[in-house]
Amino acid sequence: MSAPKKISLHCTVNGEPRELNAYPMARLLDVLREDLRLTGTKEGCGEGECGACAVILNGELVNSCLVPAIQVQGAEILTIEGAANHPIAAQVQEAFLRHGGVQCGICSPGVILAAANLLSHDKAPSEADIRESLAGNLCRCTGYSKIVDSVAYAASDLKGTRS
Amino acid sequence: MRGDPGNFEVLTPTSLPEALRLMSEAALDQDSPLLKPLAGGTDLMVLMEMGALQCERFLSLHAIDELRSFRPEEDSVAIGAAMTFSRIRTEAILREEFPLLCEAAGQVGALAIQNRGTLGGNIANASPAADSAPALLAYDAELEIVSQSGTRRIPYSAFHTGYKEMQLRPDELIRSILLPRKWKGCHQSFRKVGARAAQAISKVSFAGVLRISDGLIQEARIAMGSVAPTPLRCVHTERALQGKKLDFSAIGRAKEALFKEISPVDDIRSNREYRLRVSLNLIEDFLLSARK
Repeated sequence: MSAPKKISLHCTVNGEPRELNAYPMARLLDVLREDLRLTGTKEGCGEGECGACAVILNGELVNSCLVPAIQVQGAEILTIEGAANHPIAAQVQEAFLRHGGVQCGICSPGVILAAANLLSHDKAPSEADIRESLAGNLCRCTGYSKIVDSVAYAASDLKGTRS
Repeated sequence: MRGDPGNFEVLTPTSLPEALRLMSEAALDQDSPLLKPLAGGTDLMVLMEMGALQCERFLSLHAIDELRSFRPEEDSVAIGAAMTFSRIRTEAILREEFPLLCEAAGQVGALAIQNRGTLGGNIANASPAADSAPALLAYDAELEIVSQSGTRRIPYSAFHTGYKEMQLRPDELIRSILLPRKWKGCHQSFRKVGARAAQAISKVSFAGVLRISDGLIQEARIAMGSVAPTPLRCVHTERALQGKKLDFSAIGRAKEALFKEISPVDDIRSNREYRLRVSLNLIEDFLLSARK
């Protein structure tokens, strides 16, 4: 068997086209953090349980620790570094700042992207919708109340700006 | 020790015939390591990170559109093996006619897992705790399995032959999961019991379907997860119900049959005693709810 080779990978990250070489089974998480130096995406459990590494891949929330590089060829990826330029994610960030949705901050990149993903699909989520959408993101500081409040505020802020 | 992604080769066919040719070549070549199909990666990437993967070569299915198709026909629906749980839980026909599968899909991990995990992957990972398995068993699912030498169909209830063992040759792929469209109007329920609602792997799971008319149970399907070495269709429990009036003696006989036919074990998630007790409670709940 020939030794595995790195592949040439093209994808769009936070709106910018990027090219790099990576092993096909490299985790998207490591590609983002090590190759692209986008260290906003965090590693928590490394097995898809905690959501700290969540990013938005082709419009869908995924755990980047479980995505092999070969499967993001040509993909569009949004990480927390791109949130400030994303209309919905930026509002979510604002709401988290104002309403105390962040404590230690490790879960925040994943939580904010999960919330932005929710608000992209559902403009007026109920508390139950918010909790279900964030069920894959573990936070050990806040007890979740301030996070859920922040997302609810972000939803009403977004409604305000639109009307 | 962490796995090194540099140890793995990945082939990326863009069509099913190409995929089957690669699988067949790998199976025939004694010197070449077998090819392991890779779908959403939600199980395999965890093993890779743990350094616990037994294989060196993967066949990634992500570029094969055909495997993601959903094909409703007159008598059955065909779910492409690489269809994700997110798509399954939002597909209108499935929601209407196969609600247990949609409920199970909505309880796989959480959203980020449902966006990647596939039905075929859940089946081929062959865990007795697989979330989709009880619903598939209760709906009489069949698997369409393909290789270069042709297509075969097998009832899902015959697919798993032992713990992590299944009727799938190294040159074969699961193409689709077929569900007969005959369950609309039946009383049905899915329950997953785990440590918390999201992300937990089940301690016990249950799917039941009853067709009741003229006060009698015409057809019964009972299936459970995490109570045996494989996902289990509980045929003795079904037989105890078939043709019976749904009264307390039938419920008692069903519980007795279930008690005898499941064989739960102690493991990190639960123990035998708890699983037995919960299993009996689940069947009782289900049958009582059908009386209302």
